[in-house]
Amino acid sequence: MSRDRWVALIGAIAFSTVAVTYVMGLWITPPDVFQGNLVRLIYVHPAVAWVAYLAYGVTSLSSLAYLWKKTRNYRWDLLAAASAEVGVVFTALTLITGSIWGRPTWGVWWTWDARLTTTALLLVLYLGYLALRRVSEDREQRAKRSAVAALIAFIDVPIVHQSVVWWKTLHQSATVFNADLNPKIHGEMAWTLLLGFLSFTFVYLWMVIKRYDIANAQFNMENQSVERAIKERVGTA
Amino acid sequence: MFKAAKVIALKDLRIELRSRVVFNQILPFVAVILILFAFAFDKYPTFLERVTPGLYWITTLFASMLALQRSFSLEAENGAKDALILYGLDPAGIYIGKLLAVLVEMAILEMFLALGIVFLYSAHLQELPDLAFSALVGTLGILAVGVTFSAMTSASKAKETVLPLLLLPVVAPVLLSGTKAWENEIAGKAGLGDPWVGLLILFAVAFLALGTLTFGSVLEE
Repeated sequence: MSRDRWVALIGAIAFSTVAVTYVMGLWITPPDVFQGNLVRLIYVHPAVAWVAYLAYGVTSLSSLAYLWKKTRNYRWDLLAAASAEVGVVFTALTLITGSIWGRPTWGVWWTWDARLTTTALLLVLYLGYLALRRVSEDREQRAKRSAVAALIAFIDVPIVHQSVVWWKTLHQSATVFNADLNPKIHGEMAWTLLLGFLSFTFVYLWMVIKRYDIANAQFNMENQSVERAIKERVGTA
Repeated sequence: MFKAAKVIALKDLRIELRSRVVFNQILPFVAVILILFAFAFDKYPTFLERVTPGLYWITTLFASMLALQRSFSLEAENGAKDALILYGLDPAGIYIGKLLAVLVEMAILEMFLALGIVFLYSAHLQELPDLAFSALVGTLGILAVGVTFSAMTSASKAKETVLPLLLLPVVAPVLLSGTKAWENEIAGKAGLGDPWVGLLILFAVAFLALGTLTFGSVLEE
C-alpha cells in the first residue's frame, strides 16, 4: 500500500472511532450513579490528556534524535515541531474539558490543584517552544535551538509536577491505573473509555502526519526556490 | 574549560564595573518594584509582611531576566558573539563564565533586595545563612536555564518578548520552591534539610548539567 493510502486509512480509522466513541459516550453508556451525565466527559478528557503527553514525548525523543550527531536529520526537527503543535492543541482541550467538568463537580472553573497547575504550565511551556521556532531565521540554527528548548522542557516537567504536588492536591486519583490495578469502571463504560483513548491516538497520528507533510513540503519549496535563484544568476551553462 | 570561564566572567564583570548598567538601571528597577508591591497591597500592611517571600522571588526573577538580557546584549554589538566562537573558547567555558558573571551581579542585587524588604516591609530575616543559601541556589537555577535561553534569543528581533515566555514557565518550580523554602526558614521551621531546598538544588544541578552539555549547539551558527 502506498504512503498516501496508509495516511488515508489512519484518517478513516480516526474519524470512525471518534464517531463510535461519540455515539457510545452520549447515548449507549448509562449515566453514573454519583456523577450523572457528567461522567460522559471521562470518555474524552483522559484521552486528550494522554495524547498531549504522547505528543510531548514524541517531541522530546525526536529533539534528542536531532541533537545526537549520528541521527541528525532535519526530519526529526520537523517531526518535533509537528508533534508539539498538536500537543499544544490537545493540552488546551484537556484544560477546557477539565474546566467543563470541574465547574459542576467542584463548583469552580479552575482550582490550583497539582495536575491542573502542571497542565497549565505545560501549555505555556510549549507555547514558548513554538514561539522560539518562529524567531530564528536560519533553519539549522532553529532546529538546534528548539531541540535544546524541548529538552529543557522535558527535564522541567517532572520537577514542575513534583513541586506542585507538594504544593497542594485535590484532583481525582487515577481511575484505571490506580495503585492496586483494580479498575473502578466496568462494562460498556470501560470499553467506551478505552475506545476514546484509541480514537484520539489515531486522531493524533493523522494530525501529526498531515502537519509533518506540510512542513516537509514547505522545506522542499524553500530549497527549490534557492536552487532556482542560483540558476537564474549563474545560468544553465 | 575553567580558564575560559574565568576569562569570560572577568571580562563581563569588568564591563559592568565600567558601564554600571546593572547598578544604575536594574537596581533602581528593583526598588521601583518593591514600592509598586506596597501600592498593590496598600489596604493590607500585615499581608505585605506575610507574602514577602513570594515578592522577593518574583522580584529576583524579573531582575535576573533583565540581567540576562544585558549579559547577551554585550555580545550582540560588533558581532562579538562570533568573535567568541572564533577564539576557539570551549562553549561550556563560555556558558559557565557568563553564568558566574550574572550570578555575582544578582548576588549583589539580592543583597540590596533583602535590605529593601527588611526596611520597607518589616520582614524579619533572622535565619540569614539559610535564607542566603536557598536564594543563591535558586538564583543559580534560574540563571542556569536563563543563560541558555538568553543566548538563543539574543540575536533575534523579538528577544524582549520571547525570553520571558520561554523562561518564566520553566523556572516556575524555582519560584514555588524558593517561596516555600523562605516561608519555612523565616518561620524557623526548617533548615537545610527542607525538601523545598532539595528541589532547588535538584533544579540547579539538572539545568547546569544540561546547559554545560548543550551550549555548543546553542552557540554555533
